[in-house]
Amino acid sequence: MSAWGTVRIRAEKPIPFLRLLGPVLLLVVWGVASATGALDPRTLPPPWQVVSRAWQLIADGVLQRALLASVQRSMTGLGLGVLFGIGFSLISGLNRWGEAIVDGPLQIWRATPVLAVIPLAIYWLGLGEQMKITLICLTTMIPIYINTSAAIASVEKRFVELAHTIRLTHWEFVRYVVIPGALPGFFTGLRLSAVSAWLVLVVVEQSNTINGLGYMVGEARVNGQVDIIAVGLVVYALLGLTTDGVLRLLEKRVLSWRKTFR
Amino acid sequence: MAQDLPLTNAKRAPKGGVEVRGLSRRFSGRTIIDNVDLTIAPGEFVALLGHSGSGKSTMLRALAGLDPDVEIAGGLTVPDATSVIFQDARLLPWQRVLTNVRLGLRRQDGGNLAVAALGEVGLTGRETAWPGDLSGGEQQRVALARALVREPELLLADEPFGALDALTKISMHKLLRELCAAHSPAVLLVTHDVDEAVLLADRTIVLHGGRIVLDETVKLPNIRDRADPEFVGHRKRLLDGLGV
Repeated sequence: MSAWGTVRIRAEKPIPFLRLLGPVLLLVVWGVASATGALDPRTLPPPWQVVSRAWQLIADGVLQRALLASVQRSMTGLGLGVLFGIGFSLISGLNRWGEAIVDGPLQIWRATPVLAVIPLAIYWLGLGEQMKITLICLTTMIPIYINTSAAIASVEKRFVELAHTIRLTHWEFVRYVVIPGALPGFFTGLRLSAVSAWLVLVVVEQSNTINGLGYMVGEARVNGQVDIIAVGLVVYALLGLTTDGVLRLLEKRVLSWRKTFR
Repeated sequence: MAQDLPLTNAKRAPKGGVEVRGLSRRFSGRTIIDNVDLTIAPGEFVALLGHSGSGKSTMLRALAGLDPDVEIAGGLTVPDATSVIFQDARLLPWQRVLTNVRLGLRRQDGGNLAVAALGEVGLTGRETAWPGDLSGGEQQRVALARALVREPELLLADEPFGALDALTKISMHKLLRELCAAHSPAVLLVTHDVDEAVLLADRTIVLHGGRIVLDETVKLPNIRDRADPEFVGHRKRLLDGLGV
């Protein structure tokens, strides 16, 4: 069988939008199940009803307002998370004292479920934006920290030797060797962080919020409007996919030196 | 010093040599280099041969100031302007070719010098390429340009052509000869290729068990013919010295 043959070396020709195949199939299954009555509309309304509800929410301006509030919240949190993640990984990756101080607490924080921290966060920071953005920031900085500091620590010894022979200063070594060498790891972390930004957003928006997607979905649950809940879910999914797509594109540009599998 | 001269007509008086007195190096109790004396005159091209484990790479790394954790005894005099070429081209894959050449060059005209150096190794036009897009031979040429753009008084080369194919090797030998003639650095070339040593060097040294067992000047004209009886003879003496 060819699966046990040689490894394919030549890059496959890219097929536009091939990545959408799976989601589209899922949509088709949903539609067919709804149309044949296999899916009870009280469980999940058919896709066309969700679309028309979404249309109505847009016409009323409800969806835009919710989306704007949510995007602002998650992007602010993610932005801060990126800054802290990079900062801590530089402290920890470049200096063993820095690592001794920074790494332990971050590993402990990483092992703590964010849901369990919400009560304390509310007690300390109140119910407002501050608490929400803080939680998103603290959550998103972790994958960036883990992946970037690991990438910094694994800069090859041969490049350290090279830096010595061409007499790089410590700063030049960081600027030209360490940071660009750690970028692939940073991007891995960033893509994980972007996903978790949306995850935490959903959680923090469902308690004591007066705007945002989570609030819209929460209200719909109270009022038994399953189609609005579905709209919310679809929007969350689209946000996640868009974010990941944008980051992939960015990664491809920034890391254009890499010769990879595809 | 006429540093504003372009690299191509930089035929200079040789300066800076190597002085090694009673050098010993030990890795966890095992003696790799055992009380070695070695002098390389300014501008002299020395080939250092030996089996794997003979200490030849350790010798080079000692001169390059690498392996700082290794026990070391004896005296070393090495010029400040020392460049190293490794067996792998050791280019930073995330920096473009030109940046790789000029990195660490602290001069205003560093960019122009780097472009000129790439021209010297026949890579004009590849300045903005990624190292990963070059062939193995081209990558080693970039490494050569990076070494020479620093105007080294001493060039340390650790089996620089070991990973190249036979044809590429021949053209690299020619290039290295030309560049050494133009820049006249002292050269220490570590190699296990006997022909390469006789072809390029002014003097050949064989290291065995951490000691110098053969040290002989190559009595051949600059343009060398492998069929020359002296070439054949020198080659045979080296092989004998290596115990092959």
